[in-house]
Amino acid sequence: MLGNEAIAHACVEADLDFASGYPGTPSSEVVDTLRRQDVRDFYIEWSVNEKVAFENALGAAWTGVRSLVTMKHVGLNVAADPLMTSSYTGVKGGFVILSADDPYAHSSQNEQDSRLYAHFARIPCLDPAGVQEAHDMMAAAFPLSEEFGLPVLFRPTTRVCHSKSDVELGEPGQGHRKGNFEKDPKQYVVIPAHTRVLHKKLNEKQDALAKRLVELGYNTYEIRGKTGIVTSGIASEYVKEIVPDDVSVAKIGAYPIDEEWLAGFVSKHETVLVVEECAPVVEEVVRQVAFGTTIYGKKDGYVPYEGELDPASTAAAFEKAGILYNGSFPADSSSVEGLPPRPPILCAGCGHRATFYAMKKVFGKKGIYPSDIGCYTLGLQLGAVDTTICMGASITVGSGIANSGEENPVVCTIGDSTFLHTGVQGLINAAYNNANMTVVILDNRITAMTGHQPNPNTGVTAMGDPSPSISLEALCRSCGVSFVEIIDPYDYVAMVETFRKAKEAQGVRVVISRQPCVIDARRRGIKRKSYFVDTDACTGCGICVKFGCPAIEFIDGKASINALCSGCGVCAEICPQGAIRSEVKR
Amino acid sequence: MSGSYDLLIVGVGGQGTILASNIIGEACLAEGRDVRSAETHGMSQRGGSVETHIRIDGKFGPLISPGTADLIISFDLLEAVRYSHFLKDGGVIVSGKDIVVPTSTFQQGLEVPSRESLETMLSGREIHIIDAASAAMEAGSPLSQNIVMLGAASHHLPLKQESLLKAVTKLVPPKTIEINSRAFEIGVREGKK
Repeated sequence: MLGNEAIAHACVEADLDFASGYPGTPSSEVVDTLRRQDVRDFYIEWSVNEKVAFENALGAAWTGVRSLVTMKHVGLNVAADPLMTSSYTGVKGGFVILSADDPYAHSSQNEQDSRLYAHFARIPCLDPAGVQEAHDMMAAAFPLSEEFGLPVLFRPTTRVCHSKSDVELGEPGQGHRKGNFEKDPKQYVVIPAHTRVLHKKLNEKQDALAKRLVELGYNTYEIRGKTGIVTSGIASEYVKEIVPDDVSVAKIGAYPIDEEWLAGFVSKHETVLVVEECAPVVEEVVRQVAFGTTIYGKKDGYVPYEGELDPASTAAAFEKAGILYNGSFPADSSSVEGLPPRPPILCAGCGHRATFYAMKKVFGKKGIYPSDIGCYTLGLQLGAVDTTICMGASITVGSGIANSGEENPVVCTIGDSTFLHTGVQGLINAAYNNANMTVVILDNRITAMTGHQPNPNTGVTAMGDPSPSISLEALCRSCGVSFVEIIDPYDYVAMVETFRKAKEAQGVRVVISRQPCVIDARRRGIKRKSYFVDTDACTGCGICVKFGCPAIEFIDGKASINALCSGCGVCAEICPQGAIRSEVKR
Repeated sequence: MSGSYDLLIVGVGGQGTILASNIIGEACLAEGRDVRSAETHGMSQRGGSVETHIRIDGKFGPLISPGTADLIISFDLLEAVRYSHFLKDGGVIVSGKDIVVPTSTFQQGLEVPSRESLETMLSGREIHIIDAASAAMEAGSPLSQNIVMLGAASHHLPLKQESLLKAVTKLVPPKTIEINSRAFEIGVREGKK
């Protein structure tokens, strides 16, 4: 079973009443699994962003129900505002914040460590080492939250979320609660007079909390010699795989760490190596409690700071620290060099590619192209993405550049889900401050990259109920934008015409490029005739190849179209020879 | 020592590596054995290079380190070379014979290694090259290539062929059970050669 599915099952076992989230790899399958349950006796939603999702779930927890909010690590930045004060107010029903970290940034813009957020907010954090433990910890997270009246941060990593393993599940729970909000302004209205009291109460919980996490068996150690390893999360699995019998191991599965307990372990060893992924969270505490013990870790270069660990890199850290290990890892196992790379690319027939192509045609090499987070970040390969930093930042970075005195045209791209996430505020700001720029909304009606989750633009909720589909054009106009045009990315000629019009206009111009995601369209049975190249007419100029569609190949000096063709027809419009035609000849 | 049988399934996003890995996982469960696997999700699935690590009888983390894999099943010859450094001395590669040419090579005018040169790069290892496309056509659908490859690799997996076949029938879409069962059997035959 997939880690995220096991986590979702644990929520059902714990009688979850309320769930919300915003999709983000590697967290998305938790809500996707929950919303697809045959029998679902809890409320669930995809929210428009993580802050909204967090506050929804927090409100629910204040009514006494058990609630869950899910996001990826960078989503917690968006939700950091309510997080930092939710520890003061506390909760009544169990409240679990799932924030999935992504060491090695497999599908992310950074490698930040959610454990630091738990430390910052002074709430408990659970750090599972594998699928079974993720399941067990999630089921126990709700009662833990209720016991201390605090939100619990649950922090799996990519190799837990997207790992599969045999797993023992429990029975679904039976005792649901109904929300009942009891007014208590001293708890829920954080005016200065209240919050000072709440802050003190929060601090007073810490010692008991740290001790309780040891009692619950999340933080354990076994003393077997004079050398010790302190490890956490999935890194502890790599340690277990290679550690010899005479080396002690302390495993950290939850925070805050009881410093007295940890000092008890560290002081019994001459040497301690700390092995963990992401930030040196455990290492900081180990160094703080160590007197006379030599400590090795990230801070002195014994364990890599960046990326993810595996058995071989863990063994390398052991070796560097002079600790023997089990197993052998060949030193000369480097990859073959000089192979052509195979990066992910936009699908054949993806409307984004055509939009980028037309955009570049009109605004040229001098155009400045801020972009955003989504499949369309792959527009980088088409030279149509110049910046990406975080969700919603295309419009804001764009208006900043436009108002900096830069004279070249600014054309930013943002997907529909990202626009509704945090892009719309940027548009309001750009229109308000008279920025001179073009905003292209790549509207494929769905949150595609993370697995096709619905959003307010899709016309359906996470539960599958119909809901009013938002009008992006009306929304943009009401932000104060008067130039709002809608284009079909499969109509190349009209698209170029609209971009030319936008180029000549002043102020904020919005162009909405609308065509359903090609994967989603195929699933819904939309079929188009594929295209072929008339090899007699093809001169081998290579223009269609530069378009970068995976359905177009270049063999023996001529273009050809393979079975991936979805029939969008854009290549036929850009071929100067008219050599690409519809209908199958083969 | 880990004591597990470690394999990678590699290919191009969309070729069905995850289904193939699920089938091996299901066969492990049916035989009451531990299993750990790690998959590529998210954006990499968009036509990029993908890898799944599987550790049969695995009790620890899911990741396999370079130089330690017992087997690599590759759906694409270029990807077989890309991940070949994961193989241990004496390990086995079962690879499809075709190459999906990366689109970026057309765009950037990069040279694509020939099938012969890729095979040369793999020389010195036990390698079985399978004509998965023809085998899948024989089974009745070009989409069944991943199951063909699984059948071909079944000679090397420490799992019973019947457990794998049963897992195939359990996990493929109901309408395709017949084609995929046939694809598995043809794969078994092709893998013997």
